[in-house]
Amino acid sequence: MSSAIAAPPDLIAKYEPVIGLEVHVQLATNTKIFCGCATSFGAPPNTNVCPVCLGLPGALPVLNRRAVEMAIKAGLALNCTVNRRSQFARKNYFYPDLPKGYQISQYDLPVAEHGWVEVEVGGVKKRIGITRVHMEDDAGKSIHDGFRDSDKYTYVDLNRSGTPLIEIVTEPDIRSSDEAYAFLTELKQILQYQECSTCDMEKGHLRCDANVSVRLKGAEKFGTKAEVKNVNSFRFVKLALDYEIERQVAVVDGGGRILQETRLFNPDTGETVGMRSKESAHDYRYFPEPDLVPLRISEEWMDEIRQDMPELPQARRARYMADFGLREYDAGVLTATRATSDFFEAVSKAAGDPRAAANWVMGDLMGALKAENKEIAESPVSAQNLGELIALIGKGEISGKLAKEIFAKMLSTGEAPRAIMEREGLKQISDSGALEKIVDQVIASNPKQLEQYRGGKTTVLAFFVGQVMKATRGQANPAAVNELLKAKLG
Amino acid sequence: MSIELGKLTIGGVREGLKSRAFSAEELASEALRSAGEQNATTNAYLTFCPELALEAARRVDQAIAAGENPGPLAGVPIAVKDVIVTEGLRTTCGSRLLEHYIPPYSATAIHRLEGAGGVIIGKTNCDEFAMGSSNENSAFGPVHNPVAPDRVPGGSSGGSAAAVASGTVVAALGSDTGGSVRQPASFCGVVGVTPTYGRVSRYGLVAYASSLDHIAPFARNVKDAALLLEAIAGRDPRDSTSADAPVPDYAAALDGKVKGKRIGLPREYFQSLASETGDLIMTAVDVLKRLGCEPVEISLPATDYAIATYYIIATAEASSNLARFDGVRYTTRSEKAESLISMYRNTRGEGFGAECKRRIMLGTYVLSAGYYDAYYLKAQKVRHLIAQDFAKAFETVDAIVTPVSPFPAFKIGEKVDDPLAMYLSDIYTITGSLAGIPCMSVPAGVTADGLPVGMQILTRHFDESGMFRLAHAYEQAA
Repeated sequence: MSSAIAAPPDLIAKYEPVIGLEVHVQLATNTKIFCGCATSFGAPPNTNVCPVCLGLPGALPVLNRRAVEMAIKAGLALNCTVNRRSQFARKNYFYPDLPKGYQISQYDLPVAEHGWVEVEVGGVKKRIGITRVHMEDDAGKSIHDGFRDSDKYTYVDLNRSGTPLIEIVTEPDIRSSDEAYAFLTELKQILQYQECSTCDMEKGHLRCDANVSVRLKGAEKFGTKAEVKNVNSFRFVKLALDYEIERQVAVVDGGGRILQETRLFNPDTGETVGMRSKESAHDYRYFPEPDLVPLRISEEWMDEIRQDMPELPQARRARYMADFGLREYDAGVLTATRATSDFFEAVSKAAGDPRAAANWVMGDLMGALKAENKEIAESPVSAQNLGELIALIGKGEISGKLAKEIFAKMLSTGEAPRAIMEREGLKQISDSGALEKIVDQVIASNPKQLEQYRGGKTTVLAFFVGQVMKATRGQANPAAVNELLKAKLG
Repeated sequence: MSIELGKLTIGGVREGLKSRAFSAEELASEALRSAGEQNATTNAYLTFCPELALEAARRVDQAIAAGENPGPLAGVPIAVKDVIVTEGLRTTCGSRLLEHYIPPYSATAIHRLEGAGGVIIGKTNCDEFAMGSSNENSAFGPVHNPVAPDRVPGGSSGGSAAAVASGTVVAALGSDTGGSVRQPASFCGVVGVTPTYGRVSRYGLVAYASSLDHIAPFARNVKDAALLLEAIAGRDPRDSTSADAPVPDYAAALDGKVKGKRIGLPREYFQSLASETGDLIMTAVDVLKRLGCEPVEISLPATDYAIATYYIIATAEASSNLARFDGVRYTTRSEKAESLISMYRNTRGEGFGAECKRRIMLGTYVLSAGYYDAYYLKAQKVRHLIAQDFAKAFETVDAIVTPVSPFPAFKIGEKVDDPLAMYLSDIYTITGSLAGIPCMSVPAGVTADGLPVGMQILTRHFDESGMFRLAHAYEQAA
């Protein structure tokens, strides 16, 4: 990646970046925020529309209750105060894909405010303040190319118009691109856990703008900030911030002035480019939306919503370490997504052994899924079946080796372990009568090794165990085999 | 068969259909014929819909023939102000910008009207986007007052008032934001009713000032106005601001029992009132007194600030509501659209009339950064004070009586160059709009020149019944 301006690392180290993020998240409702149209992705242009989301004259918005519930969940999960009374406001501006000429958003009374998210960077824990969470409707989509007359016209698809969004605004608490990355990762995880959003960045379900300034370390006053837009992956956020920090340090250190402006990130060059000056920016003329009554949230409703909320990832990680004795790293892996965590808990419950469950989920299962590029939700092995398999090992009914064989078959057939064992005749031989016979045969056919053992070379025991396992195609209970062998050889 | 359309009431239509004096189809044909004929003089209608009207009328006739209940407004010819959207029927809002706009859906009030058996014969002229007090701001020419064709019918619902006054329909729908139904009712000598805010769904009413807009009925008498309101009133899940309050049987309230009712006469409204209008209102008050009502002088001290408050709130909301007419979708687009910005500018510059531009600019200004608190926020506080004035007054009186307008219908062109004078003439109707209470205009005689004057009656929130009772008792006695 090229970079026209550059500041050496030791110079950058003299400065402190100050970063605040604005994150737009699409709520996972089935219908739009102010009408009953579907929010589905990929429908033919202008088909998921009605008078309300088309902004036709005379149409009026009606607030989607599910969208409010999801916004409240997000607010609570981000440790915010949920305002018992909030208000929608119109944000006025002209744009071809904004059919009403205004966006219905929230302004001075957002649904939730004053929260925080804890992040960990380099072993240090830190809270990033959440200024506010507010609800709003999305605009449509302008399509500038791909049509025969795209040189003259822009086309507009209003399927997305009226899609419910929340905007999450942080305090200027972020001090590095790593912290920004950690914050976004944690935020995404929290919202996915609450099933507020899929946070699918490729589909635009999570979009991020960053406000960045730099100041000399120790300085109290903030520098002038620039807003970096169009960063549509977490990796790009880090790249864009690193570039922007370096750019600003070079400008400021060279005696220059930072312009208060909006800059676009170009993922091809890794640079940010000035787009428009903030000083000549829009006056959005916010005022309370007269078509909607103030949003009042009763205690009863809050209680219902709270009861419907799952445990947060941080709480789960702590519980996995305290109750299951898992290492921090493993707890992190197992809580990375709600789906993984829920799957692990189901396996653990069926297995009756959380640590064994953790090993199997993180090792065999995730390895196999990764090899096939599958999500845990697509696992051919159900959590119940995997748990049963682990329980069978625990009960000594099968050996670890046999379990792996069965697991491989579960992966390809999706069957329960017992079904496979019955069909394939794969059963651990613990019955001492049956085992004894095999042990006797093995001893009888290996007189040389028997002699060695009796001569004091007890390591030969492993050889006998191996032979017995081989003879039983791994179905012998290793503990029982050991005992029997010791008795017979001794 | 002869139908005296100009004298027909809703009850008269019901009897005529029942006695087979005429069919709904014959009545609709007569209304269309008469409206077409009179339109040359009044310019009250912008669009007629003969096919839809005759089809609706035939449905009524079929229902009657089949012995079914054809609905409370069965066969009643009705005109609808052109700011209320009608599926498949052009809806212009009196604006060039929507000259060719055919909505794909109908307002809730239209669905209810049709469900009640009403027969819509056409869409009526109005001030552009309901902004005006004289109907001179229509892109399609002014409406002439049927009583005195050189005079205005009032506005903004001038076309609907004229359609009823000229006897082309039995009733009409208008819209009232600051007096747009009551004032033309007063000027044309018909009844005009602005119900409580939220009583009638606004879904499908093209917004001028959302927190003040009402769909509101016109009729030739109080009972018909009550029947029409009852048909369209009630909660609508498509309008979050519509009230979840039961709709009473308004006609049942027309029992003449007004003895002992205390009638508030606000001092501030009568102080500077022109003599002839004032005399007619005081004569009307005497009639109420004879009926056993007790007039009481009251004070509504915030009245002085009402005009300023109204024109801040209404224009602020209008500046936002009218943003969607931008040339991108259904709006008539300027030929001069070289770039996005020039398309916006030229479409709106050419399309909006002077009054709309004035209000968009005023509203944009009062919402601007740095001015919001001084104008919009303060206006909202004063609006609250005005509502409190009324609430306090209604602790001691059952209804308030005032003039509707300081003067009767003026000559076309007389006030067009003085927008401030035009704004000031809304003084008596604006306060009730800001408070969101029911208010109506009922004819209270004519001036020496034969110009009608209306009396305004205002009551508590959702007490339309009390308002109709008083208006009806007065109407019967006068």
